[in-house]
Amino acid sequence: MSDRPGDVVADLQNVGRVYRMGSELVHALRDFTFQFRSGEYWAIMGSSGSGKSTLLNLLGCIDRPTSGTYSVRGQEISGLNDNQLSVLRGRELGFIFQSYNLIPQLNVIDNILVPVVYQDDPIPNAKERAVELAERVGLQGRLDHRPSQLSGGQQQRVAIARSLINDPAMILADEATGNLDSKTAEEILELFDELHASGKTILLVTHEQEVGDRAQHLLRLKDGLIHEVRLAGEPAREEASA
Amino acid sequence: MIGLSLWKTVQLGISSLLLHKLRSFLTTLGVLFGVASVVAMLAVGEGASEKAQAQLRELGSRNVILRSIKPKQDNVSEEETRVLAYGLKRTDFDRIDETYPGVVRTVPVLTSPQEVRVSDLLCRPKVLCTTPEFLKVSGRIMADGHFLSQQDEASRSLVTVLGYDVARFLFPFERAVGQTVRIGEHYFEVIGVLVPRGPLGATASNPSSEAGGEVYVPLSTGRAYFGERQVTVRSGTFDIQEVQLHEIIVQAERDVDVPFVAAACRAMLSREHEDKDYEVMVPLELIMREKETQRIFNIVLGSIAGISLLVGGIGIMNVMLATVTERTREIGIRRALGARRRHIITQFLVETTVLSGCGGLLGVALGLLIPWIIERTADLQTVVSPIAAVLAFGISVLIGMIFGLYPAWRAAHMDPVEALRHE
Repeated sequence: MSDRPGDVVADLQNVGRVYRMGSELVHALRDFTFQFRSGEYWAIMGSSGSGKSTLLNLLGCIDRPTSGTYSVRGQEISGLNDNQLSVLRGRELGFIFQSYNLIPQLNVIDNILVPVVYQDDPIPNAKERAVELAERVGLQGRLDHRPSQLSGGQQQRVAIARSLINDPAMILADEATGNLDSKTAEEILELFDELHASGKTILLVTHEQEVGDRAQHLLRLKDGLIHEVRLAGEPAREEASA
Repeated sequence: MIGLSLWKTVQLGISSLLLHKLRSFLTTLGVLFGVASVVAMLAVGEGASEKAQAQLRELGSRNVILRSIKPKQDNVSEEETRVLAYGLKRTDFDRIDETYPGVVRTVPVLTSPQEVRVSDLLCRPKVLCTTPEFLKVSGRIMADGHFLSQQDEASRSLVTVLGYDVARFLFPFERAVGQTVRIGEHYFEVIGVLVPRGPLGATASNPSSEAGGEVYVPLSTGRAYFGERQVTVRSGTFDIQEVQLHEIIVQAERDVDVPFVAAACRAMLSREHEDKDYEVMVPLELIMREKETQRIFNIVLGSIAGISLLVGGIGIMNVMLATVTERTREIGIRRALGARRRHIITQFLVETTVLSGCGGLLGVALGLLIPWIIERTADLQTVVSPIAAVLAFGISVLIGMIFGLYPAWRAAHMDPVEALRHE
């Protein structure tokens, strides 16, 4: 399934997420309503404790909201069981982590193929596609290297290729440049720009202002609420304040 | 095409295990030694039992052997010379021979201690005075010449059949048949030589020493020339024993008749003999008893095997639980990338099964090697049972699966958020 630009891919309605810390309840996210649309490139910012990690976990379907509804490409997730949710993650979401999170025993190609092997009806020609993606992110000649034989930047390129393999609804990047030196980080961000230009939906969580500024739009959280929304070409719009 | 085939999972499991070679190897040791000890001990035990059974079978499974034994002396006699008469009587023999149903042959044996010489070669084998049917009952085979005949028995011929060892000793360089040997005070013509007993029954007989080996003469001849009295001179006193028959071998028609024949013999003897101066030996009963012993041995062994495999399994579980904790992050990544719980369970279950399977395989190899070494160094017979090897391997694989289940379940039920945050 592919989306036309502008279709809603992630729809959060009045989403709340409450954690219990001992006897205290922590509202990591409160009454959060937002829509991410196909082809958008968002930076999600906020200080630690602002709820951005919680939001990312919810968007990635590895966590469920305690209130409100969340739909991916129109599919409501609260009705899904663990298995269906796993399938949805593998198919519709591409994850990129700060510490790359590759599987050390697997070579580049097999790492890229991990989201494919867990699908019941895997995409056709997955291997050819993996090779193609690896080359697209600049890993020519390293296809049978293990992660330990690659630099940080190269490992993050593998992770990016892996996030693209199933052509997901959106790519969720969590501090994707956090572990990289500025030159390598710049290369990775250029790669994101390219992906954005080719129509991919990217949600990038970061706490670095320069990284956030490179994205198309910016969403800033504070205390579990939307603090600032800055759309491309528009001045920043202050939302509710706590 | 791509999919997650079992083979791919096994390959992945092996490569994960190879990341920690020493740990994986040490983990398999428990199962390895468990399986090895079972296979090896079974082989040794089975070998010993088989040997014992073969020895008993050599006595003849259809036979019931009655033997004279010297009764316990309650009153020590003051007399300087006395005659101790005991044991089986000729009348016992006649009764069994004439009246018992299900009996095909009855063979009397009288033993006499005599010196056997050829010129200056001397040995003291057992001299068995018996009838021609002994050959059939004992299952012995002639190497040369022929056994005692009815003619010899009837005419009290001075003829003898030598056991193989005796023949080799007395006639090292020539054919024994046709030669003359002196037994006691009389000269006998050698008419036959027996083949040695089977390798299993090789009772250490060394005729060059004082006693050992066997020599056969007709019963009538033995009675006429050696008599039934055996005189031993011991520190100035004569000890005279009088035994009419040392052994009666009763052969039943079929195996199933043996218990009845044995019971009848026992009943008759206990009626006729006041003292317990005889014993009844039933090889078939002994074989059964040996089999029963073997069965108990197998049960004990099985329990030990079970315990050691259990210990091995617990060892595997312990290591797998540690592995799961160590690989929490990997589990989180896989879950985030779409792995369902059953994928994670399969992955860890395959790893434990590969571990225990390798342990089992190495254990079987070691378990086959040990009997092989024992057989070559300790001169013990061993019997490796393929079923035991296959079974031990199968159980070790099963153990891996059972003990891998809990760690795998734990891995699959981790919270992905927590797992991804794990350092």
